[in-house]
Amino acid sequence: MANLMKYTFHAHVLVAGKGQGPALILTEPLSLWGGLDPDTGEIIDRRHPSSGRNVQDQVLILPAGRGSSSASSILLEAVRQGTAPKAIITAEPDAILALGATVAREMYEEAPPVVVLQSDDYDQLRDGQWLSVTEDGTVFVSTRNPVLR
Amino acid sequence: MWVSILFMKLTLSDHDQAMLDGELGKATQMAMRILVTMAGVYGAPHLLDIESAHIDGCLYHGLSGLEFAERLVDGGAQVVVPSTLNVGAIDLLHPEYFQGSAEIAQRASRLMQAYEQMGCHPIYTCAPYQATQRPPLGTQIAWAESNAIVFANSVLGARTNRYGDFIDICAAITGRAPAIGLHLTQNRRGQLLFKLVGIPEHLLREDVLFPVLGYFIGANTGSKIPVIEGLLPDTTEDQLKALGAATASSGAVALFHAVGVTPEAATIDEAFQFQPPEKTIPVTIADLRATLTHLGTIPDGRVDVVALGSPHFSLQEFALLMPLLEQYPPHPEVEFIVCTHRLILSALQKRGWLNELQAAGVQVVVDTCVVVTPIVRARQGALMTNSGKFAHYTPGNIGLQVIFGSLKECLRSASLGHVWRDETLWQT
Repeated sequence: MANLMKYTFHAHVLVAGKGQGPALILTEPLSLWGGLDPDTGEIIDRRHPSSGRNVQDQVLILPAGRGSSSASSILLEAVRQGTAPKAIITAEPDAILALGATVAREMYEEAPPVVVLQSDDYDQLRDGQWLSVTEDGTVFVSTRNPVLR
Repeated sequence: MWVSILFMKLTLSDHDQAMLDGELGKATQMAMRILVTMAGVYGAPHLLDIESAHIDGCLYHGLSGLEFAERLVDGGAQVVVPSTLNVGAIDLLHPEYFQGSAEIAQRASRLMQAYEQMGCHPIYTCAPYQATQRPPLGTQIAWAESNAIVFANSVLGARTNRYGDFIDICAAITGRAPAIGLHLTQNRRGQLLFKLVGIPEHLLREDVLFPVLGYFIGANTGSKIPVIEGLLPDTTEDQLKALGAATASSGAVALFHAVGVTPEAATIDEAFQFQPPEKTIPVTIADLRATLTHLGTIPDGRVDVVALGSPHFSLQEFALLMPLLEQYPPHPEVEFIVCTHRLILSALQKRGWLNELQAAGVQVVVDTCVVVTPIVRARQGALMTNSGKFAHYTPGNIGLQVIFGSLKECLRSASLGHVWRDETLWQT
Protein backbone atom coordinates (compact mmCIF):
# COMPACT_ATOMS: atom_id res chain seq x y z
CA MET A 1 0.00 0.00 0.00
CA ALA A 2 2.67 2.46 -1.02
CA ASN A 3 0.07 5.00 -2.00
CA LEU A 4 -0.92 5.64 1.63
CA MET A 5 0.83 8.21 3.76
CA LYS A 6 0.22 7.82 7.44
CA TYR A 7 1.06 9.95 10.42
CA THR A 8 -0.18 10.45 13.95
CA PHE A 9 -0.91 13.34 16.26
CA HIS A 10 -1.47 13.40 19.99
CA ALA A 11 -4.53 15.31 21.05
CA HIS A 12 -5.66 16.48 24.47
CA VAL A 13 -8.67 14.39 25.45
CA LEU A 14 -11.75 16.22 26.74
CA VAL A 15 -14.10 13.26 26.42
CA ALA A 16 -12.42 9.91 25.79
CA GLY A 17 -13.64 7.43 23.23
CA LYS A 18 -12.82 6.10 19.82
CA GLY A 19 -14.17 6.87 16.40
CA GLN A 20 -13.06 7.00 12.80
CA GLY A 21 -14.22 8.43 9.53
CA PRO A 22 -13.40 10.94 6.82
CA ALA A 23 -12.38 14.41 7.97
CA LEU A 24 -14.97 17.15 7.57
CA ILE A 25 -13.16 20.41 8.20
CA LEU A 26 -15.09 23.55 9.04
CA THR A 27 -13.08 26.69 8.42
CA GLU A 28 -15.23 28.71 10.81
CA PRO A 29 -16.63 27.99 14.27
CA LEU A 30 -20.16 26.56 14.28
CA SER A 31 -22.93 26.72 16.85
CA LEU A 32 -24.65 23.35 16.64
CA TRP A 33 -27.84 25.03 17.87
CA GLY A 34 -29.21 26.72 14.79
CA GLY A 35 -26.28 25.25 12.90
CA LEU A 36 -26.94 21.52 12.83
CA ASP A 37 -30.16 19.63 12.17
CA PRO A 38 -30.02 16.59 14.48
CA ASP A 39 -32.69 14.81 12.43
CA THR A 40 -30.43 14.70 9.38
CA GLY A 41 -26.91 15.70 10.44
CA GLU A 42 -26.93 18.56 7.95
CA ILE A 43 -25.22 21.87 8.66
CA ILE A 44 -28.05 24.40 8.37
CA ASP A 45 -26.38 27.69 9.33
CA ARG A 46 -26.80 29.36 5.94
CA ARG A 47 -24.08 31.90 6.67
CA HIS A 48 -21.57 29.16 7.40
CA PRO A 49 -19.15 28.26 4.59
CA SER A 50 -19.88 24.54 5.16
CA SER A 51 -23.66 24.99 5.04
CA GLY A 52 -25.30 21.98 3.40
CA ARG A 53 -22.63 19.45 4.33
CA ASN A 54 -23.47 16.51 6.57
CA VAL A 55 -21.60 15.58 9.76
CA GLN A 56 -23.00 12.07 10.17
CA ASP A 57 -20.23 9.43 10.38
CA GLN A 58 -17.58 12.09 9.70
CA VAL A 59 -14.78 13.19 11.97
CA LEU A 60 -15.88 16.75 12.54
CA ILE A 61 -13.03 19.23 12.73
CA LEU A 62 -13.76 22.79 13.73
CA PRO A 63 -11.83 25.65 15.30
CA ALA A 64 -14.33 25.93 18.17
CA GLY A 65 -18.01 25.99 18.99
CA ARG A 66 -19.80 29.28 18.88
CA GLY A 67 -22.70 31.00 20.56
CA SER A 68 -25.62 29.24 22.11
CA SER A 69 -25.18 26.94 25.05
CA SER A 70 -27.93 24.69 23.63
CA ALA A 71 -25.28 23.12 21.41
CA SER A 72 -24.82 20.27 23.87
CA SER A 73 -28.50 19.31 23.49
CA ILE A 74 -28.17 19.17 19.74
CA LEU A 75 -25.15 16.92 20.02
CA LEU A 76 -26.99 14.63 22.46
CA GLU A 77 -30.00 14.45 20.15
CA ALA A 78 -27.76 13.75 17.17
CA VAL A 79 -26.20 10.85 19.12
CA ARG A 80 -29.65 9.50 19.99
CA GLN A 81 -30.69 9.67 16.33
CA GLY A 82 -27.43 8.32 14.95
CA THR A 83 -26.61 11.48 12.97
CA ALA A 84 -23.66 12.57 15.12
CA PRO A 85 -20.08 12.73 13.93
CA LYS A 86 -17.81 9.78 14.80
CA ALA A 87 -15.36 12.06 16.58
CA ILE A 88 -14.90 15.79 17.16
CA ILE A 89 -11.56 17.56 16.92
CA THR A 90 -11.23 21.22 17.85
CA ALA A 91 -8.38 23.70 18.00
CA GLU A 92 -9.58 25.21 21.27
CA PRO A 93 -11.20 23.29 24.14
CA ASP A 94 -14.98 23.61 23.87
CA ALA A 95 -16.77 22.69 27.08
CA ILE A 96 -20.23 22.82 25.51
CA LEU A 97 -19.38 20.15 22.93
CA ALA A 98 -17.62 18.12 25.63
CA LEU A 99 -20.72 18.31 27.80
CA GLY A 100 -22.98 17.04 25.02
CA ALA A 101 -20.67 14.07 24.56
CA THR A 102 -20.43 13.44 28.34
CA VAL A 103 -24.20 13.35 28.77
CA ALA A 104 -24.55 11.19 25.66
CA ARG A 105 -22.24 8.66 27.29
CA GLU A 106 -24.30 8.86 30.52
CA MET A 107 -27.62 8.37 28.70
CA TYR A 108 -26.80 6.15 25.73
CA GLU A 109 -23.41 4.66 26.60
CA GLU A 110 -21.92 5.93 23.36
CA ALA A 111 -20.66 9.27 22.15
CA PRO A 112 -18.07 10.74 19.83
CA PRO A 113 -14.74 11.45 21.53
CA VAL A 114 -13.98 15.16 21.83
CA VAL A 115 -10.30 16.03 21.56
CA VAL A 116 -8.21 19.17 21.08
CA LEU A 117 -5.21 19.39 18.77
CA GLN A 118 -2.45 21.94 19.08
CA SER A 119 -2.63 24.45 16.28
CA ASP A 120 0.44 23.19 14.34
CA ASP A 121 -1.07 19.72 14.17
CA TYR A 122 -4.59 20.99 13.63
CA ASP A 123 -3.47 23.01 10.62
CA GLN A 124 -2.13 19.89 8.91
CA LEU A 125 -5.49 18.14 8.75
CA ARG A 126 -7.18 18.12 5.34
CA ASP A 127 -10.76 17.59 4.32
CA GLY A 128 -11.46 14.01 3.28
CA GLN A 129 -8.45 12.42 5.02
CA TRP A 130 -9.30 9.23 6.88
CA LEU A 131 -8.94 9.86 10.61
CA SER A 132 -9.06 7.53 13.53
CA VAL A 133 -9.21 8.79 17.12
CA THR A 134 -8.31 6.41 19.95
CA GLU A 135 -9.15 6.38 23.68
CA ASP A 136 -5.84 8.01 24.63
CA GLY A 137 -6.26 10.84 22.12
CA THR A 138 -3.99 9.55 19.38
CA VAL A 139 -5.22 10.73 16.00
CA PHE A 140 -4.17 8.48 13.12
CA VAL A 141 -4.24 10.23 9.77
CA SER A 142 -4.02 8.44 6.47
CA THR A 143 -4.09 10.20 3.18
CA ARG A 144 -3.65 9.07 -0.38
CA ASN A 145 -0.46 10.33 -1.87
CA PRO A 146 -1.51 12.35 -4.92
CA VAL A 147 1.77 11.62 -6.80
CA LEU A 148 1.39 7.86 -6.69
CA ARG A 149 -2.33 7.59 -7.10
CA MET B 1 -2.41 27.63 28.70
CA TRP B 2 -4.87 24.77 29.03
CA VAL B 3 -2.09 22.24 28.59
CA SER B 4 -0.49 23.31 31.84
CA ILE B 5 -3.65 22.60 33.82
CA LEU B 6 -4.06 19.10 32.40
CA PHE B 7 -2.36 17.43 35.28
CA MET B 8 -4.31 19.28 37.94
CA LYS B 9 -6.06 16.74 40.10
CA LEU B 10 -9.64 17.39 41.14
CA THR B 11 -10.04 17.49 44.93
CA LEU B 12 -13.56 16.85 46.19
CA SER B 13 -14.99 17.95 49.52
CA ASP B 14 -16.49 15.29 51.79
CA HIS B 15 -19.94 16.46 50.76
CA ASP B 16 -19.01 16.29 47.06
CA GLN B 17 -17.74 12.76 47.59
CA ALA B 18 -20.93 11.77 49.40
CA MET B 19 -22.99 13.05 46.48
CA LEU B 20 -20.74 11.18 44.04
CA ASP B 21 -21.10 7.99 46.09
CA GLY B 22 -24.88 8.19 45.85
CA GLU B 23 -25.56 9.02 49.50
CA LEU B 24 -27.96 11.80 48.45
CA GLY B 25 -29.83 9.72 45.92
CA LYS B 26 -29.43 8.56 42.36
CA ALA B 27 -30.21 11.87 40.64
CA THR B 28 -27.71 13.81 42.74
CA GLN B 29 -25.17 11.09 42.03
CA MET B 30 -25.71 11.34 38.28
CA ALA B 31 -25.52 15.16 38.47
CA MET B 32 -22.28 14.97 40.43
CA ARG B 33 -20.80 12.40 38.04
CA ILE B 34 -21.42 14.73 35.08
CA LEU B 35 -20.09 17.70 37.03
CA VAL B 36 -16.92 15.83 37.97
CA THR B 37 -16.32 14.80 34.35
CA MET B 38 -16.78 18.40 33.27
CA ALA B 39 -14.51 19.65 36.06
CA GLY B 40 -11.90 17.42 34.43
CA VAL B 41 -12.65 18.96 31.03
CA TYR B 42 -12.22 22.42 32.50
CA GLY B 43 -9.13 21.32 34.45
CA ALA B 44 -10.63 22.57 37.71
CA PRO B 45 -8.73 21.86 40.96
CA HIS B 46 -11.95 21.77 43.02
CA LEU B 47 -15.62 22.74 42.99
CA LEU B 48 -17.12 25.87 44.53
CA ASP B 49 -20.51 26.80 46.00
CA ILE B 50 -22.94 28.63 43.76
CA GLU B 51 -25.75 30.92 44.92
CA SER B 52 -28.10 30.64 41.96
CA ALA B 53 -28.65 28.85 38.69
CA HIS B 54 -30.36 29.66 35.42
CA ILE B 55 -31.47 26.60 33.52
CA ASP B 56 -31.59 26.35 29.73
CA GLY B 57 -32.40 22.63 29.60
CA CYS B 58 -36.19 23.15 29.61
CA LEU B 59 -36.21 23.96 25.88
CA TYR B 60 -37.22 20.91 23.85
CA HIS B 61 -34.62 19.86 21.28
CA GLY B 62 -35.65 16.24 20.97
CA LEU B 63 -36.52 13.18 22.96
CA SER B 64 -33.02 12.92 24.43
CA GLY B 65 -33.41 16.04 26.58
CA LEU B 66 -36.73 14.80 27.91
CA GLU B 67 -35.24 11.39 28.70
CA PHE B 68 -32.43 13.12 30.59
CA ALA B 69 -34.76 15.35 32.66
CA GLU B 70 -37.15 12.54 33.46
CA ARG B 71 -34.29 10.33 34.56
CA LEU B 72 -33.33 13.07 37.03
CA VAL B 73 -36.93 13.47 38.23
CA ASP B 74 -37.24 9.71 38.66
CA GLY B 75 -34.05 9.79 40.72
CA GLY B 76 -35.62 12.35 43.08
CA ALA B 77 -33.76 15.45 41.88
CA GLN B 78 -34.40 18.78 43.64
CA VAL B 79 -32.45 21.99 43.11
CA VAL B 80 -30.63 23.31 46.19
CA VAL B 81 -30.18 26.95 45.05
CA PRO B 82 -32.71 29.43 43.57
CA SER B 83 -32.97 28.38 39.93
CA THR B 84 -34.84 30.18 37.16
CA LEU B 85 -35.93 28.56 33.92
CA ASN B 86 -34.99 29.84 30.50
CA VAL B 87 -37.51 29.70 27.66
CA GLY B 88 -39.34 26.50 26.82
CA ALA B 89 -40.75 25.54 23.42
CA ILE B 90 -44.36 26.30 24.34
CA ASP B 91 -46.04 29.52 25.42
CA LEU B 92 -47.95 27.85 28.24
CA LEU B 93 -50.34 30.81 28.51
CA HIS B 94 -51.07 30.71 24.76
CA PRO B 95 -50.41 27.10 23.70
CA GLU B 96 -52.39 27.71 20.50
CA TYR B 97 -49.48 29.83 19.18
CA PHE B 98 -47.41 26.68 18.68
CA GLN B 99 -47.35 25.74 14.99
CA GLY B 100 -45.68 22.33 15.42
CA SER B 101 -47.20 18.89 15.88
CA ALA B 102 -49.34 17.93 18.87
CA GLU B 103 -46.83 15.22 19.76
CA ILE B 104 -43.93 17.68 20.00
CA ALA B 105 -46.11 20.14 21.94
CA GLN B 106 -46.93 17.44 24.44
CA ARG B 107 -43.29 16.40 24.87
CA ALA B 108 -42.13 20.02 25.13
CA SER B 109 -44.68 20.72 27.90
CA ARG B 110 -43.65 17.51 29.68
CA LEU B 111 -40.05 18.75 29.61
CA MET B 112 -41.00 22.11 31.13
CA GLN B 113 -43.01 20.26 33.79
CA ALA B 114 -40.05 18.00 34.62
CA TYR B 115 -37.88 21.05 35.39
CA GLU B 116 -40.67 22.55 37.51
CA GLN B 117 -40.86 19.24 39.40
CA MET B 118 -37.18 19.64 40.25
CA GLY B 119 -38.06 22.90 42.04
CA CYS B 120 -37.03 25.42 39.37
CA HIS B 121 -38.86 28.75 39.16
CA PRO B 122 -41.09 28.73 36.05
CA ILE B 123 -40.34 32.26 34.84
CA TYR B 124 -39.32 30.93 31.38
CA THR B 125 -37.23 33.85 30.24
CA CYS B 126 -33.88 34.47 28.62
CA ALA B 127 -33.74 37.75 30.57
CA PRO B 128 -33.94 36.47 34.18
CA TYR B 129 -31.82 39.49 35.10
CA GLN B 130 -34.81 41.69 34.21
CA ALA B 131 -37.29 39.44 36.00
CA THR B 132 -36.53 37.84 39.36
CA GLN B 133 -32.80 37.31 39.66
CA ARG B 134 -30.13 40.00 39.81
CA PRO B 135 -27.12 38.43 41.50
CA PRO B 136 -24.89 41.18 42.90
CA LEU B 137 -21.28 41.95 41.94
CA GLY B 138 -18.94 39.06 42.66
CA THR B 139 -21.62 36.40 43.31
CA GLN B 140 -20.72 32.88 42.16
CA ILE B 141 -23.52 31.52 39.95
CA ALA B 142 -24.07 28.83 37.33
CA TRP B 143 -26.05 30.29 34.48
CA ALA B 144 -26.85 28.90 31.09
CA GLU B 145 -28.10 30.60 27.88
CA SER B 146 -25.55 32.65 26.03
CA ASN B 147 -27.13 36.10 26.47
CA ALA B 148 -27.96 35.52 30.15
CA ILE B 149 -24.37 34.42 30.76
CA VAL B 150 -22.82 37.45 29.09
CA PHE B 151 -25.24 39.83 30.84
CA ALA B 152 -24.68 38.30 34.30
CA ASN B 153 -20.91 38.44 33.91
CA SER B 154 -20.57 41.78 32.16
CA VAL B 155 -23.39 44.01 33.35
CA LEU B 156 -23.99 42.58 36.84
CA GLY B 157 -20.43 41.46 37.55
CA ALA B 158 -21.66 38.10 38.85
CA ARG B 159 -19.44 35.16 37.97
CA THR B 160 -20.40 32.29 35.72
CA ASN B 161 -18.77 30.23 33.04
CA ARG B 162 -20.56 29.44 29.79
CA TYR B 163 -22.77 26.72 31.16
CA GLY B 164 -25.16 24.93 28.88
CA ASP B 165 -27.98 22.47 28.95
CA PHE B 166 -27.45 19.58 31.43
CA ILE B 167 -24.56 21.01 33.45
CA ASP B 168 -26.85 23.88 34.51
CA ILE B 169 -29.26 21.53 36.26
CA CYS B 170 -26.37 19.40 37.57
CA ALA B 171 -24.96 22.52 39.24
CA ALA B 172 -28.41 23.47 40.60
CA ILE B 173 -28.97 19.98 42.06
CA THR B 174 -25.54 19.82 43.70
CA GLY B 175 -25.09 23.54 44.41
CA ARG B 176 -21.56 23.27 43.02
CA ALA B 177 -19.59 24.32 39.97
CA PRO B 178 -16.01 23.77 38.79
CA ALA B 179 -13.73 26.46 40.29
CA ILE B 180 -12.21 27.64 37.04
CA GLY B 181 -12.49 30.21 34.29
CA LEU B 182 -14.65 33.25 34.90
CA HIS B 183 -15.38 32.21 38.50
CA LEU B 184 -11.85 33.44 39.28
CA THR B 185 -10.81 37.09 39.33
CA GLN B 186 -7.62 36.67 37.32
CA ASN B 187 -9.49 35.07 34.42
CA ARG B 188 -11.85 38.04 34.11
CA ARG B 189 -9.10 40.27 32.75
CA GLY B 190 -9.84 41.88 29.40
CA GLN B 191 -7.82 40.52 26.48
CA LEU B 192 -8.72 42.44 23.32
CA LEU B 193 -9.29 46.17 23.11
CA PHE B 194 -12.04 47.28 20.72
CA LYS B 195 -11.55 50.99 20.32
CA LEU B 196 -14.41 52.97 18.80
CA VAL B 197 -12.91 55.41 16.32
CA GLY B 198 -14.88 58.29 14.86
CA ILE B 199 -18.30 56.90 15.73
CA PRO B 200 -20.61 59.94 15.84
CA GLU B 201 -22.16 60.68 19.21
CA HIS B 202 -25.73 60.54 17.86
CA LEU B 203 -25.09 56.92 16.87
CA LEU B 204 -23.68 56.07 20.31
CA ARG B 205 -27.11 56.97 21.71
CA GLU B 206 -29.07 54.89 19.18
CA ASP B 207 -30.28 51.46 20.32
CA VAL B 208 -29.61 50.11 16.82
CA LEU B 209 -25.85 50.56 17.29
CA PHE B 210 -25.58 47.92 19.99
CA PRO B 211 -26.57 44.69 18.24
CA VAL B 212 -24.41 45.73 15.28
CA LEU B 213 -21.41 46.59 17.45
CA GLY B 214 -21.92 43.38 19.45
CA TYR B 215 -22.12 41.30 16.28
CA PHE B 216 -18.86 42.83 15.02
CA ILE B 217 -17.11 42.24 18.34
CA GLY B 218 -18.36 38.66 18.66
CA ALA B 219 -17.16 37.82 15.17
CA ASN B 220 -13.71 39.27 15.87
CA THR B 221 -13.13 38.03 19.39
CA GLY B 222 -13.94 34.29 19.43
CA SER B 223 -14.05 33.25 23.06
CA LYS B 224 -11.71 35.95 24.37
CA ILE B 225 -12.71 38.79 26.66
CA PRO B 226 -13.27 42.00 24.72
CA VAL B 227 -12.97 45.45 26.26
CA ILE B 228 -14.87 48.24 24.55
CA GLU B 229 -13.57 51.76 24.77
CA GLY B 230 -15.68 54.67 23.61
CA LEU B 231 -19.22 53.94 24.79
CA LEU B 232 -21.07 56.70 26.61
CA PRO B 233 -21.28 56.42 30.42
CA ASP B 234 -25.08 56.57 30.23
CA THR B 235 -25.35 53.60 27.87
CA THR B 236 -28.57 51.89 28.98
CA GLU B 237 -29.05 48.43 30.38
CA ASP B 238 -31.15 47.41 27.37
CA GLN B 239 -28.39 48.61 25.05
CA LEU B 240 -25.85 46.48 26.93
CA LYS B 241 -28.30 43.58 26.83
CA ALA B 242 -28.55 43.87 23.03
CA LEU B 243 -24.80 44.22 22.68
CA GLY B 244 -24.08 41.16 24.81
CA ALA B 245 -26.67 38.98 23.09
CA ALA B 246 -25.14 39.83 19.70
CA THR B 247 -21.55 39.12 20.85
CA ALA B 248 -22.74 35.72 22.05
CA SER B 249 -24.47 35.01 18.72
CA SER B 250 -21.59 35.75 16.36
CA GLY B 251 -18.94 34.59 18.84
CA ALA B 252 -18.57 32.68 22.09
CA VAL B 253 -18.27 35.75 24.29
CA ALA B 254 -19.13 35.13 27.96
CA LEU B 255 -17.85 38.42 29.38
CA PHE B 256 -17.14 41.85 27.99
CA HIS B 257 -16.05 45.02 29.69
CA ALA B 258 -17.13 48.50 28.60
CA VAL B 259 -14.81 51.13 30.01
CA GLY B 260 -16.66 53.54 32.28
CA VAL B 261 -19.88 51.56 31.90
CA THR B 262 -19.66 48.01 33.29
CA PRO B 263 -18.81 47.29 36.95
CA GLU B 264 -15.37 45.70 36.52
CA ALA B 265 -14.14 48.38 34.13
CA ALA B 266 -14.22 51.78 35.81
CA THR B 267 -11.01 52.48 33.93
CA ILE B 268 -9.22 50.82 31.05
CA ASP B 269 -6.50 49.69 33.48
CA GLU B 270 -9.05 47.99 35.69
CA ALA B 271 -10.62 46.25 32.69
CA PHE B 272 -7.22 44.82 31.70
CA GLN B 273 -6.14 44.29 35.33
CA PHE B 274 -3.20 46.60 34.71
CA GLN B 275 -1.79 44.53 31.86
CA PRO B 276 -1.55 45.51 28.20
CA PRO B 277 -4.20 44.30 25.73
CA GLU B 278 -3.15 41.35 23.54
CA LYS B 279 -4.36 43.32 20.55
CA THR B 280 -6.15 46.57 19.77
CA ILE B 281 -8.88 46.45 17.15
CA PRO B 282 -10.23 49.77 15.91
CA VAL B 283 -13.97 49.88 15.21
CA THR B 284 -14.90 52.36 12.51
CA ILE B 285 -18.20 53.40 10.99
CA ALA B 286 -17.17 51.43 7.89
CA ASP B 287 -16.83 48.26 10.02
CA LEU B 288 -20.27 48.85 11.48
CA ARG B 289 -21.87 49.47 8.08
CA ALA B 290 -20.30 46.24 6.77
CA THR B 291 -21.62 44.35 9.80
CA LEU B 292 -25.05 45.88 9.29
CA THR B 293 -25.09 44.49 5.74
CA HIS B 294 -24.00 41.08 7.01
CA LEU B 295 -26.74 40.95 9.68
CA GLY B 296 -29.47 40.79 7.06
CA THR B 297 -29.76 38.25 4.27
CA ILE B 298 -31.58 40.79 2.09
CA PRO B 299 -31.39 44.59 2.26
CA ASP B 300 -34.96 45.56 1.43
CA GLY B 301 -38.23 44.48 -0.17
CA ARG B 302 -41.44 43.06 1.21
CA VAL B 303 -41.75 42.45 4.97
CA ASP B 304 -43.90 39.51 6.05
CA VAL B 305 -43.04 39.30 9.73
CA VAL B 306 -41.69 41.68 12.35
CA ALA B 307 -40.30 40.00 15.46
CA LEU B 308 -38.97 41.82 18.51
CA GLY B 309 -37.77 40.68 21.90
CA SER B 310 -34.56 38.68 21.85
CA PRO B 311 -33.54 38.85 24.59
CA HIS B 312 -37.06 39.18 25.99
CA PHE B 313 -38.46 42.71 25.67
CA SER B 314 -38.24 44.78 28.85
CA LEU B 315 -40.88 47.21 30.06
CA GLN B 316 -38.60 50.08 28.99
CA GLU B 317 -38.49 48.62 25.49
CA PHE B 318 -42.29 48.40 25.44
CA ALA B 319 -42.36 52.05 26.52
CA LEU B 320 -40.37 52.89 23.36
CA LEU B 321 -42.58 50.66 21.24
CA MET B 322 -46.01 51.97 22.30
CA PRO B 323 -45.87 55.49 20.78
CA LEU B 324 -44.30 54.13 17.56
CA LEU B 325 -47.09 51.58 17.32
CA GLU B 326 -49.67 54.31 17.57
CA GLN B 327 -47.92 56.34 14.90
CA TYR B 328 -47.22 53.43 12.56
CA PRO B 329 -49.87 50.71 13.04
CA PRO B 330 -48.79 47.41 11.47
CA HIS B 331 -50.16 46.45 8.07
CA PRO B 332 -52.82 43.73 8.56
CA GLU B 333 -50.86 41.29 6.39
CA VAL B 334 -47.70 41.63 8.49
CA GLU B 335 -47.30 39.24 11.42
CA PHE B 336 -46.08 41.36 14.31
CA ILE B 337 -44.70 39.42 17.27
CA VAL B 338 -43.07 40.60 20.50
CA CYS B 339 -41.50 38.08 22.89
CA THR B 340 -41.31 38.79 26.61
CA HIS B 341 -41.87 37.10 29.96
CA ARG B 342 -44.88 36.73 32.25
CA LEU B 343 -44.00 39.48 34.72
CA ILE B 344 -43.82 41.99 31.88
CA LEU B 345 -47.09 40.63 30.50
CA SER B 346 -48.79 41.40 33.84
CA ALA B 347 -47.27 44.88 33.82
CA LEU B 348 -48.60 45.41 30.28
CA GLN B 349 -52.05 44.36 31.44
CA LYS B 350 -51.96 46.77 34.39
CA ARG B 351 -50.92 49.67 32.20
CA GLY B 352 -53.59 48.91 29.61
CA TRP B 353 -50.84 48.44 27.05
CA LEU B 354 -51.76 44.84 26.34
CA ASN B 355 -55.16 45.93 25.01
CA GLU B 356 -53.48 48.50 22.78
CA LEU B 357 -50.99 45.92 21.52
CA GLN B 358 -53.74 43.42 20.77
CA ALA B 359 -55.88 46.07 19.09
CA ALA B 360 -52.93 46.83 16.82
CA GLY B 361 -52.70 43.14 15.92
CA VAL B 362 -49.50 42.54 17.88
CA GLN B 363 -49.01 39.02 19.15
CA VAL B 364 -47.33 39.07 22.59
CA VAL B 365 -45.55 35.78 23.21
CA VAL B 366 -44.35 34.64 26.65
CA ASP B 367 -42.36 31.64 27.93
CA THR B 368 -40.60 31.18 24.60
CA CYS B 369 -39.52 33.02 21.45
CA VAL B 370 -39.78 32.78 17.69
CA VAL B 371 -36.33 31.38 16.89
CA VAL B 372 -36.53 28.47 19.34
CA THR B 373 -39.96 27.13 18.42
CA PRO B 374 -42.41 27.36 15.50
CA ILE B 375 -44.66 30.37 16.18
CA VAL B 376 -44.20 32.42 13.02
CA ARG B 377 -46.97 31.44 10.62
CA ALA B 378 -45.30 32.65 7.42
CA ARG B 379 -43.52 29.80 5.66
CA GLN B 380 -41.57 32.02 3.29
CA GLY B 381 -40.67 35.64 2.84
CA ALA B 382 -38.79 37.97 5.11
CA LEU B 383 -38.69 38.66 8.83
CA MET B 384 -37.55 42.05 10.05
CA THR B 385 -36.08 42.56 13.51
CA ASN B 386 -34.06 44.94 15.65
CA SER B 387 -32.46 42.01 17.49
CA GLY B 388 -28.98 40.84 16.52
CA LYS B 389 -29.80 37.43 17.93
CA PHE B 390 -33.04 37.05 15.95
CA ALA B 391 -31.19 38.25 12.85
CA HIS B 392 -28.49 35.65 13.39
CA TYR B 393 -30.78 32.67 13.98
CA THR B 394 -33.78 33.42 11.72
CA PRO B 395 -32.42 31.97 8.45
CA GLY B 396 -31.35 28.66 10.05
CA ASN B 397 -34.14 28.20 12.58
CA ILE B 398 -37.19 29.71 10.87
CA GLY B 399 -36.08 29.43 7.26
CA LEU B 400 -37.03 32.99 6.35
CA GLN B 401 -34.94 35.79 4.90
CA VAL B 402 -33.99 38.35 7.50
CA ILE B 403 -33.82 42.13 7.47
CA PHE B 404 -32.16 43.97 10.33
CA GLY B 405 -33.14 47.49 11.34
CA SER B 406 -33.79 49.86 14.21
CA LEU B 407 -37.02 49.71 16.21
CA LYS B 408 -38.38 52.64 14.23
CA GLU B 409 -37.35 51.07 10.93
CA CYS B 410 -39.13 47.86 11.99
CA LEU B 411 -42.31 49.75 12.92
CA ARG B 412 -42.46 51.88 9.79
CA SER B 413 -41.66 48.86 7.62
CA ALA B 414 -44.38 46.83 9.36
CA SER B 415 -46.81 49.64 8.65
CA LEU B 416 -45.90 49.88 4.97
CA GLY B 417 -45.44 46.15 4.40
CA HIS B 418 -42.02 46.78 2.90
CA VAL B 419 -38.67 48.00 4.17
CA TRP B 420 -38.35 51.61 5.21
CA ARG B 421 -34.89 52.92 5.98
CA ASP B 422 -33.85 55.81 8.20
CA GLU B 423 -31.04 57.18 6.03
CA THR B 424 -29.71 59.43 8.80
CA LEU B 425 -28.86 56.61 11.24
CA TRP B 426 -25.51 55.44 9.92
CA GLN B 427 -24.32 58.79 8.56
CA THR B 428 -21.30 60.48 10.11
